[in-house]
Amino acid sequence: MPIPASVLTLAAGILLALISLWVGQNINLMPVAAADDATTVDALFKVLFSLGVGLLLGITAMLVVALVQFRRRPGDHLDGPAVEGNLPLEIFWTAVPAIVILILGVYSYDIYARMGGMADFNHHTSMPPPEVEQASLGNPADPETVIWGGIDRAEGMAFPVEVTAMQFAFIFHYPQQNFTTGELHLPMGQPVELQLKSNDVIHAFWVPEFRLKQDVIPGQPTVLSFTANRQGDYDIICAELCGPYHGGMRSKVVVEDPQSFEEWLIRNTPATVATAPDSSRTA
Amino acid sequence: MTILTQRPTTRLSDPQQEDQPQAPAHAHHPDVRLFGLIIFLVADGMTFAGFFAAYLTYRAVNPLPVNAEYELELLLPAVNTLVLLVSSLTFHRGSKALMASRMSTCRGWLLLTAALGAAFMAGQMWEYFHLPFGLTDNLFASTFYALTGFHGLHVTLGAMMILIVWWQAGRQGYFTAESHFGFEAAELYWHFVDGVWVVLFALLYLL
Amino acid sequence: MDVQHHTPWHEYFGFSLDHKVIGIQYLVTGFFFYLVGGALAGMIRVELVTPLSDFMARDTYNQVLTLHGTIMIFLWIVPVVNGAFGNYLVPFYVGARDMAFPRLNAVAFWMLPPAGFLLLSSYFIGGAAQSGWTAYPPLSITTPAVGQIIWIISVLLLGGSSIFGAVNFIATILKLRRPGLGLFQLPMFCWAMLGTSVLVVLATPVLAGALILLSMDIVAGTGFFNPALGGNAVVYQHLFWFYSHPAVYIMVLPAFGLVSEILPIHARKPLFGYRSMIYSILGIVFLGLIVWAHHMFTSGTPPWMRLFFTIATAIIAVPTGIKFFNWLATLWQGKLALNSALLFCCGFIFNFVFGGITGVALAQVPFDVHVHDTYFVVAHFHYIVFGGTVFVIFAAIYHWFPKMSGRLLNEHLGRLHCLLSFLGFNICFFPQHWLGLNGMPRRVAEYDPQFQLVNQISSVGALLLAISTLPFLVNVLWSAWKGAPAGDNPWRACTTEWLTSSPPPVENWLREAPLVTEPYDYGSAEDAMSVTTVRGRELWSAGR
Ligand code: HEM
Ligand SMILES: [Cu+2]
Ligand SMILES: [Cu+2]
Repeated sequence: MPIPASVLTLAAGILLALISLWVGQNINLMPVAAADDATTVDALFKVLFSLGVGLLLGITAMLVVALVQFRRRPGDHLDGPAVEGNLPLEIFWTAVPAIVILILGVYSYDIYARMGGMADFNHHTSMPPPEVEQASLGNPADPETVIWGGIDRAEGMAFPVEVTAMQFAFIFHYPQQNFTTGELHLPMGQPVELQLKSNDVIHAFWVPEFRLKQDVIPGQPTVLSFTANRQGDYDIICAELCGPYHGGMRSKVVVEDPQSFEEWLIRNTPATVATAPDSSRTA
Repeated sequence: MTILTQRPTTRLSDPQQEDQPQAPAHAHHPDVRLFGLIIFLVADGMTFAGFFAAYLTYRAVNPLPVNAEYELELLLPAVNTLVLLVSSLTFHRGSKALMASRMSTCRGWLLLTAALGAAFMAGQMWEYFHLPFGLTDNLFASTFYALTGFHGLHVTLGAMMILIVWWQAGRQGYFTAESHFGFEAAELYWHFVDGVWVVLFALLYLL
Repeated sequence: MDVQHHTPWHEYFGFSLDHKVIGIQYLVTGFFFYLVGGALAGMIRVELVTPLSDFMARDTYNQVLTLHGTIMIFLWIVPVVNGAFGNYLVPFYVGARDMAFPRLNAVAFWMLPPAGFLLLSSYFIGGAAQSGWTAYPPLSITTPAVGQIIWIISVLLLGGSSIFGAVNFIATILKLRRPGLGLFQLPMFCWAMLGTSVLVVLATPVLAGALILLSMDIVAGTGFFNPALGGNAVVYQHLFWFYSHPAVYIMVLPAFGLVSEILPIHARKPLFGYRSMIYSILGIVFLGLIVWAHHMFTSGTPPWMRLFFTIATAIIAVPTGIKFFNWLATLWQGKLALNSALLFCCGFIFNFVFGGITGVALAQVPFDVHVHDTYFVVAHFHYIVFGGTVFVIFAAIYHWFPKMSGRLLNEHLGRLHCLLSFLGFNICFFPQHWLGLNGMPRRVAEYDPQFQLVNQISSVGALLLAISTLPFLVNVLWSAWKGAPAGDNPWRACTTEWLTSSPPPVENWLREAPLVTEPYDYGSAEDAMSVTTVRGRELWSAGR
């Protein structure tokens, strides 16, 4: 007995959905996740991956079926049916993608807001005190002290690190300890806030394992706040063409447990600063 | 401009054409040069729009250093604006005269229009030499010169076109009340340059 | 099909006013630059075989990638999909003898070769620009000035050429239609060209403005985009992308139009959803103008902007999707001739859908933050521009070569070309998604050794792509010389370019221009296509 076409279509649809769900959930294309945000971004990516696989497979299957089943047989000079359109069908394939896109948009907005992408940068509290004072003394709208953008949770005191990008290196300054290094160390499980500025051209600060990237634009300081949650060494990569050695512009971020981080800080803090009372930090 | 004024040439004429009255005009398609010019002016207007957008963005987000806040002298530019507006009017009178086939009156108006354009440019130059800032002093200064300079270029070009049209109008039968694309094109362009100036004046001097 | 249909060869090298000659001039010139750009791409892929920067000097590498991008976009894709096919086909489709402004048309074409050679010459006089096709300041201000200025001049010339072309297309389509031919009776390609030209007219001048300001920063010492002088580097990005996002549609809308012409003929079915195809073009044109900042999600743009541009960008996938569903429906239940033209179109559908999916993913800011400026983006836009538009260009060549030359191309070589292109393309660019996701930024001459194997696979794909052009070149050269005569209408099509001889006479039809009010009138017939048998014959003989 022949199986009705509608049943076949339904079965194919279900199979397609199952395959794409499985692929999206089980094939991992991302590097390890080493920050809180990375996990949420990965969740979004899995959704996108599943949807994409489903759509691509579906359309490819239609294409292949059409090419095989409707190929012109030798000697056949007839035309196909003169179908010029189908309004319900058109409405269907306008509405469904529109709805999917909208839901996707709301979902990724939610994630982005939780990451701190929608924060109001110039009211956040974690600006280090010295700079706040400076800003109020000078022109309040001085572009050098305004935060132009970035990702900022604005939830209380994050541990600040100043990042300066230049051709062709990143330099890290720990303002509360007042020392500078070429290797970024961060405490695990503690919110940090990178304050980025560039000395020459545009660079971009990218740590793939954190799923975070921020352009570092001369004249326009930006921030990047996040919480690293996995110990290890990760690459910091410059992602914006910045000159001949752009490809070599990379550095390292070391995520340590809070205690080793503390020790590292103390080891590196110059004596004069180490002895000064430092109450602002919440280690 | 001169490119647009060329008539499309036809290399193949079909003798059978004549006895097919329903056939579309073979050699002479409708004259759409003015339409082409309008599209081109839309494009040109977008260049200005880009400059204006950049200027407004700078104003909004790039505050100038304290020593760079200028009070621009308003009198001369205001007079200049008036000059340019009047020149649009004179060109319009010229075209009225052309419509009435009064060629010498038309040429008079054209000459006056060109003179007003030149007066505008002279005023602009005078202003340039008396401004307290130079091209590279700061963001405002640079934008000021870029905008007015780019506009001035248009005025100069327009004035030259007017002179060409004036010269052409002197030739017997070159422009007639029915056929005068070059004239119309120059006029449209001139009004466009005027209109841009009004926006520019409002943004740069008044805002 | 006798006498004066053969345009003398020297006319192709001169200031011809014939839209068909100009179209072929664009096509050949564009293809020449495609080979140049392809050679540059080959150099990039050779450099990336090893993780070290060891094949060429680092600044040479940046020059090569800048030239590659600029040439491929401004001297191959844009001139060919707009200039070549637009010029060749639009006058036919509106029933005109030529474009509205033939002389302007020729001028627009002749701006191309000088601009192209000027750009190439910069490599030999002090080095080409090295800040990428995007020329972001302050890098473009601080790299050697001569190359950058030459780059700016050539791009301005090419932009001017493209504006002149657009003025011509709009005037031709809106004003030169044969009496009796309504806008909603035009072949889809006309609508695509209309939409594209509107984008060119509205967006290209803004790029010109940005480049003028940039050149002032370079030569006059102003600081529009130079933060060291109080300027704002991000303003350039806004102006640049206000053009360059629409530019991606300038590169792909005409290709959409070409597919809409090719598919119905080889599927022997009407174009599915004619009206919705038009509305989706209009939707794409409108939305295309308001999504530019999705290229700047990490540039420190304000949050509201990111929100707005995410939504607008994602929505643009809807009209794009409609077009693909319509094409699939056009194929469905057709009588598909599996020839090179149709196969290249199917390759296009697969590749573009792939690129569209990654595009929608890129529109999601949290994800884009991770992959922006990585090889993931490189893969995305190559799937769109190469897998999409270039595949369509080849489909169009297979489809219209018989009309242009009067001779058929060899189908075996054509299908081989298609297969090699499809494999080479996907081997080259598919792995790049993974590279981007895992940490390889774009525009680098050296990279983390863990990526070596995948880069080598990609380079093998590039090699295959290079090889794939050989059967094509052999095919075209040989067929132009000795190919089987095509006859006037080898595809039994009913659009007006087929209702005349091959190649067509100077003014397209010897008699009255045929009036085709249903350009997709396939199907519905007893025997072979009703139009080309019954009504078509009449039109046809009327046209000849
Ligand atoms: C389905 C619709 C599409 C969507 C939603 C989309 C989305 C995006 C997004 C968000 C980016 C920015 C990625 C980044 O730099 O981080 C991008 C880049 C790009 N897209 Fe698309 N895209 C679509 C279709 C197209 C089309 C049709 C073309 C060309 C014909 C195209 C060409 C490009 C190019 C050239 C870039 C990279 C430009 C550069 O940075 O050099 N895209 N696309
Ligand atoms: Cu870099
Ligand atoms: Cu875009």
